[in-house]
Amino acid sequence: MPQVTTERLKILRGKIYELMELYPSYQAALLPSFFVAEEIFGFISPEAIGEISNVTGVPAAEIRGVASFYAMYKTKPMGRHIIQLCTNVSCMIEGAYDLVEYLKEKYGLTPGGTTPDGRFSLVIMECIGACGTAPAMILDTDSYENLTKDRLDTLLESYK
Amino acid sequence: MDERIILRNTDDPLNASIAGYMAHGGYKALEQAVGELTPRDIIDEIKSSGLRGRGGAGFPTGMKWQFASLDPKFPKYLVCNADEGEPGTFKDRPILEHNPHLLIEGMIISAYALQSTRGYIYLRGEYPHAKRVLERAIEEALASGYLGNDILSKHFRFNLTVHSGAGAYICGEETALLDSLEGRRGLPRLKPPFPVNSGLWGKPTIVNNVETFANIPYIVSQGAKAYASIGVKDCPGPKLFSVSGRVNKPGVYELPMGISLREIIYTHCGGIKGGGSLKGVIPGGISTPIIAPENIDCPMDFVHLPKYGSMLGSGAVMVFDDTVCIVRVYERAMKFFEHESCGKCTPCREGTAWMRAILGRIERGDASERDLETLQDVAENVTGKTFCPLGDGAAGVLLAAMKTYREEFEYHIKNKRCKVQ
Ligand SMILES: Cc1cc2nc3c(=O)[nH]c(=O)nc-3n(C[C@H](O)[C@H](O)[C@H](O)COP(=O)(O)O)c2cc1C
Ligand code: SF4
Repeated sequence: MPQVTTERLKILRGKIYELMELYPSYQAALLPSFFVAEEIFGFISPEAIGEISNVTGVPAAEIRGVASFYAMYKTKPMGRHIIQLCTNVSCMIEGAYDLVEYLKEKYGLTPGGTTPDGRFSLVIMECIGACGTAPAMILDTDSYENLTKDRLDTLLESYK
Repeated sequence: MDERIILRNTDDPLNASIAGYMAHGGYKALEQAVGELTPRDIIDEIKSSGLRGRGGAGFPTGMKWQFASLDPKFPKYLVCNADEGEPGTFKDRPILEHNPHLLIEGMIISAYALQSTRGYIYLRGEYPHAKRVLERAIEEALASGYLGNDILSKHFRFNLTVHSGAGAYICGEETALLDSLEGRRGLPRLKPPFPVNSGLWGKPTIVNNVETFANIPYIVSQGAKAYASIGVKDCPGPKLFSVSGRVNKPGVYELPMGISLREIIYTHCGGIKGGGSLKGVIPGGISTPIIAPENIDCPMDFVHLPKYGSMLGSGAVMVFDDTVCIVRVYERAMKFFEHESCGKCTPCREGTAWMRAILGRIERGDASERDLETLQDVAENVTGKTFCPLGDGAAGVLLAAMKTYREEFEYHIKNKRCKVQ
């Protein structure tokens, strides 16, 4: 997990100012700022919330309320790689729950959990728009489709 | 020659770049619009084309535009709904990833017609690749003078930003989307006022789906008449169908509105996988009621599907064969609705949780006869009592499934196991 330093907070601040230019209200910069905070700190850390609040003028409590509404934001520290596996209907009927089972057996990963070595976190997704090539997942920021246990295995091996 | 309109040239990897898109004649419709037509001309053309929104509700686009254009408040915002969260739906994705300039050209023409100077594309967070493609395409369009502060040297300005969602299905509902874009929790707003009069930051705002915008360049360049000759009366044009589930060739198909479900499944998707028999089809995403095999001759459009007790929705066709357990499908669907309920109104927030719990009992074989009655009762009491269509849809699709497949629910309860396994 990257440390919180004044240098990093300064980078975040600069980005928030850039984002605020794109909207007629400061608050609209919140959602994109969260993504930037995650990129810099690995999750939306309390310090990042403080900084976003200082710059946008939106109270920290409201910022936490907004961030917690959205399933994809990392409001707590996560593993280095995030497996976002879809189990919605089209993926389910093509065997997505077998993959969930497999991740539990092989890596001890449970939905919402992280491996002890901090390598992977597992997030169960609602439809990720890959229903024609189910089952599917997003690993960090790349999509992988037509998954099987073997393919999942090989893929995960390449994420250290 | 690629006959398709929306997915045209998407097999060409260069089409995602502005050079490739222009080599196929791209941005000609915009030049024509800005050079030869007044905003009023374009709105009239869209109205007479009969185009209906492709986001789910099928609202006439020309009418929406006229309402917005008659509102004197300024500025006007143009928003593209690229949230595509309805389970089973992946039809906007090929436009976003392989034909981004078609969407952007459609939005610029719309902005010109609506005299909007600022646009946002609300893109679901689950499409990171599409985000990269769109951002690059916007930069290319800026560099070529199709976006920016002096478009085509005509003193017409329009700027466009991609705004990422973060995994909340309800943000596809247009007023929740607006709250989300303003940096809040995405809760639906009371209507009226409608977004065309009071949308983003209280200003007139036009929200249209990705596929809706992708129809605009064709209508402007080929005319409303040519467009209306495709599809069916009252529901013209091409439609994207994203087909998933137990068919041999799942994928996104561009076909005329009004094509039958049977043709989609058997002519285009190669029939049922593994030679199984068809058990049921969801025609327009998980929020649309399931259709029994005897009704698959229904025409797929906004006008005809309601006569079969369903809706076109997003055109997401989900095909189930006899290996699929309907109880399990609806348990999973209800889990989705429970998770995605925004919590604003009680019938949906509480109702989806109770329905999911009872469905779970039935699925596991822990349920009694009375549970089925309770389930029906809860669903009927959610129906018609929710603030937005999410809760209503959740109850409605369950009631439809319980009606058509009642015997399967009863089997689970009596035999404490699934009929399929
Ligand atoms: C719960 C819910 C989810 C929706 N999700 C989407 C979506 O993901 N994409 C979309 O374009 N429209 C969605 N809609 C429909 C929008 O509210 C709106 O009707 C549409 O964006 C208007 O554009 P159109 O006229 O071009 O169809 C949703 C509606 C509801 C009630
Ligand atoms: S029906 Fe559900 S999603 Fe819609 S406003 Fe009510 S709680 Fe929110």
